[in-house]
Amino acid sequence: MNKIKTIVGKEWSEVFRNRLVLFTVAFLPLIMTAIPLGILFAMRGETGIEAATSDMPEQFNVMCPADLNGGECFQVYLVSQFMLMFMILPLAIPATIAAYSIVGEKVTHSLEPLLATPITTIELLIGKSLAAVIPAIVATWAGFAIYAIGAWLMITNKTVYAALLDSRWLIAIILVGPLMAILAVTFSLMVSSRVNDPRTAEQISSLMIIPVLAVFFGQVSGLFILNRQLIILAALILIIVDGVMVYLAVRVFQREVILTRWK
Amino acid sequence: MISTQNLTKQFGTVKAVEDLSLEIPEGQVFGFLGPNGAGKTTTVRLLTCLIAPTNGTARVNGFTIGVDDTEIRRSVGVLTETPGMYDNLSAERNLSIYASLYEVKDPKGQIEKYLRLLGLWERRNDPAGAFSKGMKQKLAIARALLHEPRTVFLDEPTSALDPEAAHLVREFILEIKKQGRTIFLCTHNLDEADRLCDRIGVFKTQMLVVDSPERLRSQVFGRKVVFHLQRAEEALVEGIQAMSFIKEARQVDNKILVTLDDPEIHNPELVRYLVGQGAEIQFVGELRHSLEDVYLQLIKNS
Repeated sequence: MNKIKTIVGKEWSEVFRNRLVLFTVAFLPLIMTAIPLGILFAMRGETGIEAATSDMPEQFNVMCPADLNGGECFQVYLVSQFMLMFMILPLAIPATIAAYSIVGEKVTHSLEPLLATPITTIELLIGKSLAAVIPAIVATWAGFAIYAIGAWLMITNKTVYAALLDSRWLIAIILVGPLMAILAVTFSLMVSSRVNDPRTAEQISSLMIIPVLAVFFGQVSGLFILNRQLIILAALILIIVDGVMVYLAVRVFQREVILTRWK
Repeated sequence: MISTQNLTKQFGTVKAVEDLSLEIPEGQVFGFLGPNGAGKTTTVRLLTCLIAPTNGTARVNGFTIGVDDTEIRRSVGVLTETPGMYDNLSAERNLSIYASLYEVKDPKGQIEKYLRLLGLWERRNDPAGAFSKGMKQKLAIARALLHEPRTVFLDEPTSALDPEAAHLVREFILEIKKQGRTIFLCTHNLDEADRLCDRIGVFKTQMLVVDSPERLRSQVFGRKVVFHLQRAEEALVEGIQAMSFIKEARQVDNKILVTLDDPEIHNPELVRYLVGQGAEIQFVGELRHSLEDVYLQLIKNS
């Protein structure tokens, strides 16, 4: 356990001196939080958007609570779209940190002395994973908390507030977020082990946000609406995929191959 | 203590290390010499359990590679060929990370001990990235020794160091030798190997020869004694050549160069002969080939 704590502490000491990582961890959550709050602020007391409800997908109209008028329903719809963008955080933050974690050590020639210590592969990977997952979860949850407080301050209609913070988003943020972070980290660690250029690692790891963007555009275009059942299904699939990815990450991390072939 | 039996490492069709059988007793400084690409670093990686052998086996500090890898890593210290540090972190923080990974009992004490021994204590709070190459190398040596390993692998410890820093590192190696540790030293600096090593192995995928530097000289070139005379004559050389224990004798100006196996026993007889022949001897000395000559000869023959 001490070795894992050491790796986490070492990673944080190193990684938070990197401006790109700092930007991703600090500013991305702020931007993603500011967008839905900005929408809510801009739509406060807006009455001329009743007609806009016709632009919403049919499925969303069905999901909209019955006691909300068209304008309030549109407000909930619009914020829900950006809440999905909020789900990029658990992918983008750990991917940025984890992508650099192994390849960074290769570039600075610190990997071989590290691998020569009695640390096991599992300890090393857990340490590196936690160092990437924890900031992602903290930043996502903190951003969501700020959003929840901001929304509470701005929205007077309790039904609208309840619709904005319904159980699907709580499940998404509290459960799906960490699962997505684990997925991003395991994928990024595998990439980082197998490349020798940090930029390549970051670019390949950033592909992880494509599925979230696909879901975002799918929902915007009305292909489907993320409801509670879909989010629970996504969580279950992610649990299985994460298990497979963790297994693969451990298998892929072979000291010999990394030192001799992917140096 | 290091012991290998037919240790072999093959990458695809390329054999990097072939049938390496070696015994290095505890407390010995073993110089591992060879040209670039000879397989020296691969051997160090095999013996520190960073890579697995294709064939053969080895024991390090009583543990078997491939079986007791964690114990081996715990009991050895490694200075890699390019020892990277965490440049953004201070020297002290760099060492504290490794002290924790090696489960050092008194990390603060050990860090202070080695930083002081290597003259880095005053710079302990500076980021490692601000260090000169020599200081980084010393910091990497401190890192390799922090957990008091029984065996230390040093891959090019003085390469690219200025003479003063290199001298300090060599003195330090002798100091840790006195503590009874086994030192496996890979170096291209043959003078350094000559000065530090009890035994030397010349390696080029296979071990070409293993012995003490003195015996290697003797094996490769024989021992040569030089007689500086007032006036050397051909007849004297012919007389010496006729002696049964002489391998070779030749004249160079007023010197006679004699190759023989055991000068300690036969020199008095040679001196008696020369004096008896009326030669006036100015000096008698042994001609020492440099280890570089020995090495180049061995590599050429391979």
